[in-house]
Amino acid sequence: MSQEHNMRRVTAIRNGTVIDHIPAGHAMRVLEMLGINKSSAVPVSMVMNVPSKKKGTKDIIKVEDRELTQDELNRLALVAPDAHVAIIRAYVVAEKLTIELGSEVTNVVRCTFSNCITINPREPLPHRLKVLSREPLELRCHYCGRPQDLEELVRNVV
Amino acid sequence: MPGLITMDDLSNDEILAILDDAQRLLPVARGEVYLPLLQGKILGNLFFEPSTRTRMSFETAMKRLGGDVVNLGDVKTSSVVKGETLFDTIQMVDGYTDIIAMRHPRQGAAQYAQDAAKVPILNGGDGAGHHPTQTMLDLFTIQQAHGRLDGLKVVLAGDLRYGRTVHSLSHALTRFGCELVFASPSLLKMPSEIVTDLRAHGGNVTETEDLLGSIADADVVYMTRIQKERFADEDEYAKVAGAYKLHASNLEGAKEGMIIMHPLPRVDEIHPSVDATRHARYFEQAFNGVVARMALLCKLLNVGVPATINGGDA
Repeated sequence: MSQEHNMRRVTAIRNGTVIDHIPAGHAMRVLEMLGINKSSAVPVSMVMNVPSKKKGTKDIIKVEDRELTQDELNRLALVAPDAHVAIIRAYVVAEKLTIELGSEVTNVVRCTFSNCITINPREPLPHRLKVLSREPLELRCHYCGRPQDLEELVRNVV
Repeated sequence: MPGLITMDDLSNDEILAILDDAQRLLPVARGEVYLPLLQGKILGNLFFEPSTRTRMSFETAMKRLGGDVVNLGDVKTSSVVKGETLFDTIQMVDGYTDIIAMRHPRQGAAQYAQDAAKVPILNGGDGAGHHPTQTMLDLFTIQQAHGRLDGLKVVLAGDLRYGRTVHSLSHALTRFGCELVFASPSLLKMPSEIVTDLRAHGGNVTETEDLLGSIADADVVYMTRIQKERFADEDEYAKVAGAYKLHASNLEGAKEGMIIMHPLPRVDEIHPSVDATRHARYFEQAFNGVVARMALLCKLLNVGVPATINGGDA
């Protein structure tokens, strides 16, 4: 099945963002990390488990009339670090964005440990998670040192 | 170095140099020599949860070296109870003092404070996280007894899950090539991420529920208190805690030089009959808290300890 066929499973969008090469089965998680849900007014199309040359299978999301910001991109790095992001304007790719997971993720998600000092929302210093390993993704809180559960992290978006 | 948050903030050479300083400072810690190395310096003691030994030994260490101490006092009557953030408290004390010793119930609080402060922070315990100044006095005690830190077999027993002293100590002992035996009930096992870390750093670690069976070839047995509140019911507590008690009669097959340590306070885990044996070291260990913290205060305040101290035939 061709790449073109994959993309045409859903209609081409006029303006917005296409997130391609999401690890298969992770599209819902990406939407959660981006805060895209029922209350988001923008149309969203999603295909899951479609063939991919690089990884066997993958998910794709198209978000209409919304361009991802760098902050949102940073969130994406936690669940789909190898995703390709394209900003679409008037049906053409206007920008290609790369996701880079650095050595630290700052102010994107809160530590998941219930007794971490950062649990107090009034503490003003940034939320900092150190990236120990990229594949598989391993994160630890800069402050308390606890390893982070990715499933839980999705619910801790700052 | 900015402060001491975890043992990772010190290299092995730095640890050994601080222990050397501590050894020379013994007569000062005992009050036999007055050496005001820290005159004009102020320590801020910020204990957000109860502490007897750590708080008092920091205060004693500072005063033995001619420095002064200001205390947060009772948290219940401080601005913390009014909802002040740790960040704001640290900003204030940072301006009043040259160095801060801190204990806080939340894990990561010491690192957070260090990020907020200009003065060095000495972590006196953060939740179930780290307690590196305790580790320094523990290492000092082990070195005093065995003349070295490397290649020893150390049994750590009791509550290894919540006991922050054993977390910091096991990291340090692994760096010196010690063999570690973790003896605990399954509910209170050493956190898996710590065991993984230790093994990743070449640590020789075994886990067991059998404390008494681990004593015979140990050089150090480090006991900790098992707390009732960790268990769902009292019967379960009584059953488990009973297996982690030492009586003098349990030590008959132990090596002659084996020492028993405990961060104190103890409750029932070391029977008073052990106190009179040659193995008991926990009271010396508590005294060593003063001298180890004296050496650490000098190190973090960049004050050199003289190579010889009059009366220093320690």
